[in-house]
Amino acid sequence: MHIPDGFIDIPTSLAFAGLSASGIALSLKGAKSSLDEKTAPLAGLTATFIFAVQMLNFPVAAGTSGHLLGGALAAVLVGPWAASLALTVVLLMQALLFADGGLSALGLNIFNMSFLGVWVGYAIFIIVKKLLPKNKSSISVAAFLAGLISVPCAAAGFVLQYAIGGTATFSITQVLTAMLGTHILIGIGEGFITALAVGAVMATRSDLVYGYKGTTQILETRVRE
Amino acid sequence: MKKQNIFLIVGFAISIFLAGVISNYASSSPDGLEKVAGDIGFLKDAKEHANADKLLADYGVKGIENERLSTGAAGVIGVIATAGVSTGLFLVLRRKNGANK
Repeated sequence: MHIPDGFIDIPTSLAFAGLSASGIALSLKGAKSSLDEKTAPLAGLTATFIFAVQMLNFPVAAGTSGHLLGGALAAVLVGPWAASLALTVVLLMQALLFADGGLSALGLNIFNMSFLGVWVGYAIFIIVKKLLPKNKSSISVAAFLAGLISVPCAAAGFVLQYAIGGTATFSITQVLTAMLGTHILIGIGEGFITALAVGAVMATRSDLVYGYKGTTQILETRVRE
Repeated sequence: MKKQNIFLIVGFAISIFLAGVISNYASSSPDGLEKVAGDIGFLKDAKEHANADKLLADYGVKGIENERLSTGAAGVIGVIATAGVSTGLFLVLRRKNGANK
């Protein structure tokens, strides 16, 4: 999913770098209010864990692999603002230290993975959680679907960028079909890893999980009513 | 606070283990985007990364001949660096939050 230099032209890359920079500025503001002395270290650990798991490519189809993006996972664990920042730190590390993801493509990659992946994942999580009974296993199901859907959406972000500023001129429909087909498969892996990791934190420290805290607060309000 | 520390230490240890050891068992097939780019025909547009010859490029430590050790060491360095930068950032943000209130 990490776009190298050369796929997307420089003007488009710069435009998305601007969008991503604005997103980071908003996230820095948004994250401040959601971080306390318990959740700030958890947000750091979330970024660390995502870096580690992004190294673990799993096979999805003949000659193709995928790895966790982690946007939905981070959003469920620490909320969307801190999640975007966590993913951005991971992408910066990968591009600067490990030559993974082009430097000129950094804004493109941050847009797709730190913002699209995180916010789509978060939105799906919230919607599914609302539709299901309020218990711990619903959190895992919502996390699975959030992970699953966030990946093809991040892939669609690339197709959008390719449509605007792709250096080669292949049919957009062809690129879209191929990207979605492959990334729905990767999304299934993403869903399982997201549900597993969220489930593990829920089993040990459910009090830390941002996406679960909301649930208990809603319950409390209802009791008071 | 103690329970919190145990949780963080276990999480960090799992991350070190995944990046340092399990990373050697990861699939080396091209990822989704690379595969699509190759199939459709725009993979050749990819330029070599500006940092391609740096110390940690492509998740290996330059100069370590053994591939397992090289990948594992790069993973461990990445985990420590990510933990340091991200935890530092979030702690600073939290402190600012406290100062504003």
